[in-house]
Amino acid sequence: MGELSSIWRESSHRYRLVGHKCGNCGTVYFPPRDICIKCHRESIGKISECNLSGKGEIVSFTIVHDVPPAFARQRPYAMALIKLEEGPILTAQIVDSDMDEIEIGRKVSAVFRRIREDGKSGLIQYGYKFVLDG
Amino acid sequence: MRSSRRKSFLVRTLTDVYIVGSGETKYGELWEKSLRELAVEAGLKAVEDAGIYSKDIQILYGSSSLAGSINGQNDIGSLIADFSGLASSNIPALRIEASSASGAAAVREAYLAVRSGEYDVAMVGGVEKMTDIYGSETLDLIGTTLDREWEWFMGATPAAMAAMTARKYMKDFKVEKESLAMVSVNDHENASKNPNAHFRNRLTLEGAMGATMIADPLNMMDCSPMSDGASAIVLASDRYVKAHKLDGVKIVSSGISQDYLALHSRESFYRLNSTAIAGRTALSKAGIKASDVSFLELHDSYSIYALIELEDLGFAEKGQANQLVGDDIKLNGSIPVNPSGGLKAKGNPMGATGIGQFVEAYLQFMGKADGRQVKSPKYGMLHNMAGTGSTSLVHIVGGA
Repeated sequence: MGELSSIWRESSHRYRLVGHKCGNCGTVYFPPRDICIKCHRESIGKISECNLSGKGEIVSFTIVHDVPPAFARQRPYAMALIKLEEGPILTAQIVDSDMDEIEIGRKVSAVFRRIREDGKSGLIQYGYKFVLDG
Repeated sequence: MRSSRRKSFLVRTLTDVYIVGSGETKYGELWEKSLRELAVEAGLKAVEDAGIYSKDIQILYGSSSLAGSINGQNDIGSLIADFSGLASSNIPALRIEASSASGAAAVREAYLAVRSGEYDVAMVGGVEKMTDIYGSETLDLIGTTLDREWEWFMGATPAAMAAMTARKYMKDFKVEKESLAMVSVNDHENASKNPNAHFRNRLTLEGAMGATMIADPLNMMDCSPMSDGASAIVLASDRYVKAHKLDGVKIVSSGISQDYLALHSRESFYRLNSTAIAGRTALSKAGIKASDVSFLELHDSYSIYALIELEDLGFAEKGQANQLVGDDIKLNGSIPVNPSGGLKAKGNPMGATGIGQFVEAYLQFMGKADGRQVKSPKYGMLHNMAGTGSTSLVHIVGGA
């Protein structure tokens, strides 16, 4: 499916882990939100971008064996819910790590990687994945 | 002027709504049948079963989750109306979409349309034709039930999200994998008595535990299949039922609620807020308690959800639904779950699934459920859910 413009739109968030911060209450959001879920209209015009450290820990994880076509060459791969040290939780792959060592509570760090490819002549899309901290 | 308007508001009464007929295709891999053939087959069976004529239908709601993506066909409402021979009736016909909760969402809209007094007879038909493309492509498209940009894009599948919920649930509450597998074993046992079920084979616990891994710890026997199929029901108002001396099963109440679209945004990964709220709403509107419910149809797209739903719908404390999956959820147990065979074994043709639950409830209350008949049911609770819990609908039926 053609998702060219959405890839371009989200590139700063996906490439550099840029989140959003509410200027009213200070809550950090990733994935980004245009309105604060706590402050509602009080946050209008007060949401700004903020860089995230990419440090976090695993809340839960799975090893995915039945994968969509764009991930066929990565099968099997580890997906995790990761709580970032700034607060938000996101969904991402764990890579370059021994799958047997992945555990709930393990510390992880963000890395820049190829996420998916849309077939032989399709787009290659990049973004964040995570590795286990040593 | 003002006072007369106020008066007309005050005297407005809501009518009771009854299911007066149901129709269903077999669920499964139905390569010889098209999207429209399936929809029309279920619809015509429902009309015939209700003892009405197509021309009696005043409004039609169609539901499908993926027809636009898989079959390249939208405006399912018009499609169903047209090929059911209703085009010349020129009735309103709309498609309702809420991902895997589309079916119950369509029933709810029809229920409200009749309940309000605006229409006396409504048809609701759900259809999904999932095997017209390769399985891996369908897997890609059922990813539309997730947050496409921040879950699916990163490689998450619906099974992967359910698996992460399962892993955390099992760790925090010390629940064994066997408890999840027993949900699927029960589904298969009931489906073996349902001629329309996708899978009619019995499943042993060993068979359920040893299946091919899909997303660890969930294997193929924890996951509902991609099914073709269609289900339809006819709803009628109290006055129409009386005037035409129809038999019907009452829709007692309807609850709906939403939660964050993506699992990672939720406050808990094993508490389905939308389900809990929709369930409480439905029970409270019906004026009954969970203990008054005679059977449940649960949206167990993945086995782990059945346990969590039993908890969030008020049948067990959090983390303790494993105490019910032994004998209680069986057909003759204290709270029978999925007499139809559930999503795992009856099948999961997404847009039809929620309506299929109403078909099952109708058959149960009419005493037509044959070998899977629940003994003298009082109330049935039907739960249909989108994705990982972004939308949930709970309906209470029966109560006669």
